[in-house]
Amino acid sequence: MAGTATTAVLDRAGLDALVAALVADGRTVVGPTVRDGAIVLAELSGAGQLPYGWGVELDAGRYRLVRRDDDAAFAHSGGPQSWKAFLHPERERLWSAERAADGTLTVRADRAEAPSYAFLGVRPCDLRAIAVQDRVLASGHYPDSGYRERRRRAFLIAAECTEPAGTCFCVSMGSGPAVDDGYDLALTEVVSAAGHRFLVRTGSAEGERILTRLPRLPADAETTALASAAVRRAAERMGRAMPPVDLRALMGASLEAERWDDVAARCLTCGNCTLVCPTCFCTTTEEVTDLTGDHTERWQRWDSCFDLDFSYVHGGPVRASARSRYRQWLTHKLSTWYDQFGSPGCVGCGRCIAWCPAGIDITEEVAAFRAESSTPREEAPQ
Amino acid sequence: MATAATDPTLAVFKPASCDGCQLTLLNCEDELLTLADRLAIAHFPEASSATAPGPYDIALVEGSVTTSADAERIRAIRAGARHLITLGACATSGGIQALRNFADVDGYRRTVYARPDCITTLATSAPVAEHVRVDFELRGCPIDRGQLLEVLTAFLTGRKPDIPNHSVCFACKRRGTVCVTVAHGTPCLGPVTHAGCGAICPAYGRGCYGCFGPKPDSRLPVLIPLLRRDGMDALARERFQRTFTAAAFAEEGEP
Repeated sequence: MAGTATTAVLDRAGLDALVAALVADGRTVVGPTVRDGAIVLAELSGAGQLPYGWGVELDAGRYRLVRRDDDAAFAHSGGPQSWKAFLHPERERLWSAERAADGTLTVRADRAEAPSYAFLGVRPCDLRAIAVQDRVLASGHYPDSGYRERRRRAFLIAAECTEPAGTCFCVSMGSGPAVDDGYDLALTEVVSAAGHRFLVRTGSAEGERILTRLPRLPADAETTALASAAVRRAAERMGRAMPPVDLRALMGASLEAERWDDVAARCLTCGNCTLVCPTCFCTTTEEVTDLTGDHTERWQRWDSCFDLDFSYVHGGPVRASARSRYRQWLTHKLSTWYDQFGSPGCVGCGRCIAWCPAGIDITEEVAAFRAESSTPREEAPQ
Repeated sequence: MATAATDPTLAVFKPASCDGCQLTLLNCEDELLTLADRLAIAHFPEASSATAPGPYDIALVEGSVTTSADAERIRAIRAGARHLITLGACATSGGIQALRNFADVDGYRRTVYARPDCITTLATSAPVAEHVRVDFELRGCPIDRGQLLEVLTAFLTGRKPDIPNHSVCFACKRRGTVCVTVAHGTPCLGPVTHAGCGAICPAYGRGCYGCFGPKPDSRLPVLIPLLRRDGMDALARERFQRTFTAAAFAEEGEP
């Protein structure tokens, strides 16, 4: 699409018009907004609900909402949710069955009609995460039909990253701060003496169609230059970096590393890392019946490899220790994910670092595994 | 609400407790008639003075065992019940009255009662499962109405109750609650506490105080330094851990 992309400049009124146009099209617009001391993702009725003038300070196990010196709307990162909360919701009914008085069973596929989402302000890392989940959930022999349908109908408005947080490391994962593809519209926010505006470029025919309906200015040289400079500066200000190693090989070779005991001693096994991770996709299914016993439903729910029941088989959980569960998570995310899906499961968004109450840092752990693997082990006495 | 003679029978008992958990059963207002269609409520003194003798198919027990008389009674209840299900923090962990486990019970008895010689009590408040075999433990202070119905439905249907064993954090993330510890620096027992309440407290901006007790494989010792980081001194940590499931958290780690 790159060759045919249209570029333009929207001001804040243009952004208002964008949200209004999407709402008028019957879309459920979801974007960042301030709630409960954080920038969360929620349904927006207008662009006025965007977090204008708010930023965040992030560190391992710490998130603080802060006022900014400017009115930027997209100068934040690493929020408490990711877009999977909408594309891959925490619970979904798959089917239900009724038993009639004569004993006849009626089974009904029960997926609700998918909403037409428009996601406003998708970070490049999160755009990559959506692509990863597409591969997992919407392709292959057994696609998740609910996910596939929601995804098919979704309109994605990316926002290039101009203000990375202390927990961000997308550059080292090759997923940001610029966007390359996978969007309908891409915005780059520019706040300067000349005003608050958004460089917009189209990435799909639907994006073109929407853009033509908006009040807009042609993309001028100054805005274009400021936008690319802002993204370039963001790349230089990453709070963290994944060590430049062959992750697949390193984690594969570290299965018996001593570091697992070290990290397990700091891990609460609360599951937060997997729940905030934009690529973690695991679910469980549960059948529930009602009191009469004549009605039953099958629900799909988010699950986590940190849940003891996740690996429960007859007799007990396969991964009973914190060590084994943390190892399962990290080796899958960074190593066996390549074998399964041809990419890492990590996009460098930093949520697992920020939202771990104990502040476990995935980049620090990988550095420790690398250090351990390059230290020759003492020979055991014969 | 015709109850056939072949319907399974339900009985509700309580040793030391506040009655809140069995009231949860009465609070199932929309479902009570259906429930009464599926089983015969044979013994439930809080709801009716009419009682039928056991044995019972399902015995629900709230409350902890604090006297030798109750210890004896719980064995009789077990002997007369096909399935014994315990309800709530008292029955599953000893409850708030397990604070006595950390104190000089004899000193209390002498200080509080005019005639201490009339008071017979055990030195500890213990969960029912310390005295008899329990088929299912439902946690909470009080228990969650939806979970109680799920457990009863599951036993009536002969399936496993859909009661997840993970942390309260799961519930916060599912309902989209912003983490009070990470975003506000509020001490919270959620990461070590059994889910089931739907993460009510963090949804209102306060930390979880663990009324459902530790989750399986709870890692309280890992949380202690974080509570310290978030401003709790030793006394505050002790008080935080010693509320509705005091004994259960005490087993998990020193404050």
